[in-house]
Amino acid sequence: MITKSYKIVNEQGLHMRPAGLVAAELGKFQSEVTIKFNGNDVNAKSIMNLMAACIKCGSEIEIIFNGSDEQQASEKFEELYANNFGD
Amino acid sequence: MNKFNGIGASGGIAIGNAAIVKEAVISYEKKVIDNPEQEIKRLEAAFARFKEKTEKMALSIEEKVGEKEAEILRGHIAIAFDPALSDEINKLIKSGKCAEEAVDSVCEQFIAMFASIPDEMMRQRATDISDVKTRLLQILTDNEPVDISGLAPNTILVADDLTPSMTAGIDKENVLGILTKTGGKTSHSAILARALEIPAVLSAPDAVEALTDGVAVIVDGEKGEVLINPDEQTIEKYKKLREEYTQAKKELSKFIGRKTQTADGESVMLFGNIGNPEEAKSVKSFDGEGVGLFRTEFLFMGNSSAPTEQEQFEAYKAAVEALDGGSVIIRTLDVGGDKEIPYLGLEKEENPFLGYRAVRFCLNRDDIYNTQLRALLRASAYGDIKIMIPLVTCVDELLAVKKKLFTLKSELDSEGIPYNKDIEVGVMIETPAACVSADILAKEADFFSIGTNDLTQYTMAVDRGNAKVAYLYSEYNIAVLRSIKRIIECAKKEGIVCGMCGEAAADPNLIPLLISFGLDEFSVSATSILKTRKIISLWSKYDADELANKALSLTRESEISALLKANARK
Repeated sequence: MITKSYKIVNEQGLHMRPAGLVAAELGKFQSEVTIKFNGNDVNAKSIMNLMAACIKCGSEIEIIFNGSDEQQASEKFEELYANNFGD
Repeated sequence: MNKFNGIGASGGIAIGNAAIVKEAVISYEKKVIDNPEQEIKRLEAAFARFKEKTEKMALSIEEKVGEKEAEILRGHIAIAFDPALSDEINKLIKSGKCAEEAVDSVCEQFIAMFASIPDEMMRQRATDISDVKTRLLQILTDNEPVDISGLAPNTILVADDLTPSMTAGIDKENVLGILTKTGGKTSHSAILARALEIPAVLSAPDAVEALTDGVAVIVDGEKGEVLINPDEQTIEKYKKLREEYTQAKKELSKFIGRKTQTADGESVMLFGNIGNPEEAKSVKSFDGEGVGLFRTEFLFMGNSSAPTEQEQFEAYKAAVEALDGGSVIIRTLDVGGDKEIPYLGLEKEENPFLGYRAVRFCLNRDDIYNTQLRALLRASAYGDIKIMIPLVTCVDELLAVKKKLFTLKSELDSEGIPYNKDIEVGVMIETPAACVSADILAKEADFFSIGTNDLTQYTMAVDRGNAKVAYLYSEYNIAVLRSIKRIIECAKKEGIVCGMCGEAAADPNLIPLLISFGLDEFSVSATSILKTRKIISLWSKYDADELANKALSLTRESEISALLKANARK
């Protein structure tokens, strides 16, 4: 299991476009990916869960990768984050 | 004739005939199925078809509008293929429900969930899911969707809600305006309507109810008004307004790429005000020459902790890079007890505007201020960043900030981090104290920028939010005009630049006075840049001086205001 912390800096938070990207990219992995935010567990492979979580600019999130390809999944997320989720 | 109000979501005026576009009412029979496997196959085929059709629509939007807008439709594909959605649908089918019912009820659950989120932007996403649902059901029930691309010329499109997929089919040649029952300024429909430059009024349910196919209707996207069955006179009036609007827009676009100068060729600087790096791009697109005020509060608001040096550095760097060589004046944190930023630990005060705020707070909080100043210094290596200090009342405050910068610079030197060694540090002049001591401040500051909103409020001792005294809040008071004149004169005497970053800099009534006083830099909101450039071009120094002399010889606000309004050029 890999746990990492990030601060979302996208101006509009994880709105539809970045949420869609995260869900689509993480959906390619076997591992379970869960975001802990505001006391909720959010399935990071689900665009609707991500949008409904209302993760705004400046939010601190914890993201947990768990499964056979957790390393690759966490690297992928790192890459998406570094690119500001394409914003 | 009937008049209705809604939200003006995309500017301009459209005069045409209503075409009511209803999403096909999809009816299906709820069936109990005995072969779930086959039903899931049917569902999967529908999803594949959905993906193919949506991707096509996205391509069409990409051509017509842009890539970012097309991403909205690609988001719909992500919604449809969301495991949270498909898992639930599959579960229902396995329990014996038909594909239509399963799609319908699962989507409705999500729509209800999004519609109840207390966040305007997220609530709008309910429309997106509803759009996905409708299109999936259309495919499952073999129901051809409304073909919007075939609408007659001079059409005002009337719908309950403009779904993004509907917008994709719009032919700009035929659809002149848009009118809907629901939807807000941040809905995707509003964004697309603006991108397509089609006038739109949203959230006007009474107007939509009152309309039938073919009825004459006027959509005023400027005011958010809808006129049904207008008489000849009204149509003529709106044709004129439409002409004026297009003319004004065309007229202003001529000012793109022009120098900002008076009628007799004196150049001034014309900058934009921004609240985040994204808006810097907007300033650039309206041909602003720089940024005269970057409010940094946004970085600090809505978060649980202060932004890190790196985050701030990136925001400042992004802004100055967006301006592509232009100056960016960044105002350091301007907060007080009236703003809700819990982690700063600011207490509610009896009198927040006279209290512990802005530079007074910052100078007492090294943790916050050093981080911001370091980020500003680091970003100054990437373009012409200037630092502006808000709410200065005495020279000590300016000297204290300069001392801090001196220390931080030597820190950066020892760490080998690049920055602009000659970074300018200026003062925002917005208190009577700063105005009266402007001659002293000008000796230490690299530039001035007049903040007219606070200057007026503090000079007139008036809370503009208080309706009982709001009548006193006017820049046309002789006390405020004399203050502005004095501040500019003090700057000139010491050879430093003086700008103005309040709304007054875009006020057609005040611009001639500012020209006469010798203001060097006008900083206005992005959308006011071209208009301000135009108004400046209409005044010669001579004419402006004449008007200013007249204005300053008057004593009462009402007289000055009447004089300026009577002489305004537009």
